[in-house]
Amino acid sequence: MDLSYGSEYDAFREEVKSFVRSNKHKQPQLGDGIKSQAMRDWQRLLIEHGYHSRTIAREYGGYGAEPDIIKSRIIAEEFGAERVHRGFNGQGVTMLTPVLLEMGTEEQKKAFVEPTIKAEMIWCQGYSEPGAGSDLASLTTKAELDGEEWVINGQKIWTSTAHHADWIFCLVRTEADAPKHLGISFLLFRMDTPGIEIRPLVDMTGDANFNEVFFTDVRVPKHQIVGQRGQGWQVANAILGHERGSLATPDAAMNRLNGVKRLMREESINGEPVMSNAVFRDRLMKLEGRALAMQYNDMRLLSAKINKNQNVRLAGMIVKLIGTELRHEIECLGIDVMGEIGLSYGNNPHKRGHGSWQYQYMFYLGLIIGGGTSQIQKNIISERGLGMPKEPKIPSKTAVPKTAAREA
Amino acid sequence: MEFGLSQDQLLLDDSVRKFLASEVPLDKVRQLAAGEVNDASFWQGLADMGLAGLIIPEAHGGADLGMLDAVAIAEALGYAACPGPFLSTAIMSAYLLNQAGATDPLARMATGEYRVGVAFGDVIGSRKGQVTEINSALSGQSLFALDADADAYLVALSDGRVFMIEASEVGRSILSTIDVTQSVCELSFDQSPACLVSSNPELVWQTIYRGRVIQAADTLGAAQYMLDQAVAYSLDRKQFNRVIGSFQAVKHMCAEMASQLEPCRAFAWYAGHAFDESTDDAALTACHAKAHLAEVGQFVAKTSTEVHGGMGFTDLVGLHYWFKRIGFNRQLLGSPEAVRHEAAQLSDL
Ligand SMILES: Cc1cc2nc3c(=O)[nH]c(=O)nc-3n(C[C@H](O)[C@H](O)[C@H](O)COP(=O)(O)OP(=O)(O)OC[C@H]3O[C@@H](n4cnc5c(N)ncnc54)[C@H](O)[C@@H]3O)c2cc1C
Repeated sequence: MDLSYGSEYDAFREEVKSFVRSNKHKQPQLGDGIKSQAMRDWQRLLIEHGYHSRTIAREYGGYGAEPDIIKSRIIAEEFGAERVHRGFNGQGVTMLTPVLLEMGTEEQKKAFVEPTIKAEMIWCQGYSEPGAGSDLASLTTKAELDGEEWVINGQKIWTSTAHHADWIFCLVRTEADAPKHLGISFLLFRMDTPGIEIRPLVDMTGDANFNEVFFTDVRVPKHQIVGQRGQGWQVANAILGHERGSLATPDAAMNRLNGVKRLMREESINGEPVMSNAVFRDRLMKLEGRALAMQYNDMRLLSAKINKNQNVRLAGMIVKLIGTELRHEIECLGIDVMGEIGLSYGNNPHKRGHGSWQYQYMFYLGLIIGGGTSQIQKNIISERGLGMPKEPKIPSKTAVPKTAAREA
Repeated sequence: MEFGLSQDQLLLDDSVRKFLASEVPLDKVRQLAAGEVNDASFWQGLADMGLAGLIIPEAHGGADLGMLDAVAIAEALGYAACPGPFLSTAIMSAYLLNQAGATDPLARMATGEYRVGVAFGDVIGSRKGQVTEINSALSGQSLFALDADADAYLVALSDGRVFMIEASEVGRSILSTIDVTQSVCELSFDQSPACLVSSNPELVWQTIYRGRVIQAADTLGAAQYMLDQAVAYSLDRKQFNRVIGSFQAVKHMCAEMASQLEPCRAFAWYAGHAFDESTDDAALTACHAKAHLAEVGQFVAKTSTEVHGGMGFTDLVGLHYWFKRIGFNRQLLGSPEAVRHEAAQLSDL
């Protein structure tokens, strides 16, 4: 066991610290949207210094450093310690870029990676459909080749940021007769293409961050496909792998838990600080124990990534499930600490922390559902982590068993 | 950066697990439960492997290893529900005596021939009885002292002083609990001559914290055993023409156990490591690890039993020995609520 990163990293840490200290006044502020100049300037500054898109090659607009997990970790720690904006990390940056770098053509990498990481090209993820959520592979949005163009018809739902997006990466069915996992393709197209209609959906937080997206004869150049026809499922799964780990980091949970501690010191009931209430303190300590377990689990995962000498499959698989549920409960404690004040929302002058406790409490319920629900995570953990069998398939009602058909 | 067990630690762990698999099968635990053998037979074997002297300095015949090594071993012992006084004599007493400079007994403790139990109830939180001292003679009683077969006891008074007393000088009655694999007793003193070992209350607490980390690791091992058994049973047992492990309700029970338990491994490692490196958060981490594993252990113990159906409730599969060991670890050296209260105090909350 050796938890030091080694003295060779001391200088690097100092470098990051001093960058953060002298530049943090330039970070985007609460009201700055993802398309604001402030966001783009900040993003550019971070990439220039290697604090974003660090290992992406310079020819694709990145910083071009050799991968060094410890340096990435130090950047995360120093930005986290000062609570400084990590830069724009929309779905295009975190999910599409790694896939393009791995599976895209040279033209695609050249065309898309640089503007994407610089926050000049905003993407949305068009996977889920009304009839295809957990069972994503049953999606039915259809693309047919007509000369040099795909013609797309169908509907997506829960498409986050579609209303801001310049482009969409989208799963569509191109091989009508293939088995369901083998008939899907991964297309990229502009959101202002004729035939696309976006209808915002208001979520429980009151925001309208996700949308229904309708496609009617949307025509897309044939070459805007990643991977081969029918390979879209593999491409999509490569992306989902990137998504899950990043949804619930233990560091953020710890930060929030410290926020609850501050609240418990500041808030009072009949003049007594909440912190002196044994029941609340016990809930706090219980959550701290759970958060610590996740923090050390994370260190183990980091170590396994660096040293490649431990099997941490299960330890990695459980992070989305446990991390999102934990975070939801931390936010819940924050609300309970405030009692009726915890209900404050919108323009209520009594709300604390800009109303973030209720907002995050709901937001994390969204994350428990999004990106593979908790139940789907448990399926994955039991099947791939513990070696338990898949659910037996129930034959569909319309399919008549062969023998029965013959008898008839 | 390396977060995990070293090659040496993995080797040690492996040899202890092999030994336990062959020498401490469930049948032997049953014999202990039936009173046909006592835990000395287990302890001598472990001592011969060097576990009794694990953290005792080499100068006194020990292996001079650290708390992370002890965590790995405690996990293995919990996995086997192995009887014997590893927690009390090999960790708590060995640590306290060595730190207090009372090193005379250490050599005999390292060979396994001399066992020193601990009676710390007055410090941790006594429900009944108290021990008082006048002129190095102890009076009163102490409940739930660890190790009913010890040759001597370390008795902590409420002011944090620690006395050592030979077992022959005290009245001792075995207290039966749910757990047959870890023994406890009631000690009664009547102006019994004892020897002052330490006047430093902080040393008692440092000893308790280390004990809690070992208990956490023990519970981790016991719970891992129960999870492994649940998964194995679910792949074997058939109902409705299917293995029960193909029912989603059963799969999700197992996934929930695994999801809660797996991070505890890293947690227990860190808790041990923190003492080896004397980090500022060592005491706090020990309290959290102990309380957190008490909760996760309880969940796994219940859920694994349920996965086994009626069989889980019977003596036939013997699962209850692990269930009870986890229950024992939960209460001894501080219940989760009490330990979390201490954690809050340690954080000035
Ligand atoms: C905040 C948020 C943002 C999102 N952003 C996007 C986005 O940008 N792009 C996008 O494409 N999608 C997005 N989604 C959609 C998300 O991926 C789906 O909501 C999710 O996969 C679940 O699908 P569903 O909503 O259809 O629920 P369903 O699949 O209908 O599930 C309903 C219930 O049934 C359970 N269930 C379903 N199947 C099983 C099974 N096999 N075993 C056990 N239980 C099962 C589920 O766990 C759940 O409890 C977002 C969702 C949320 C909440």
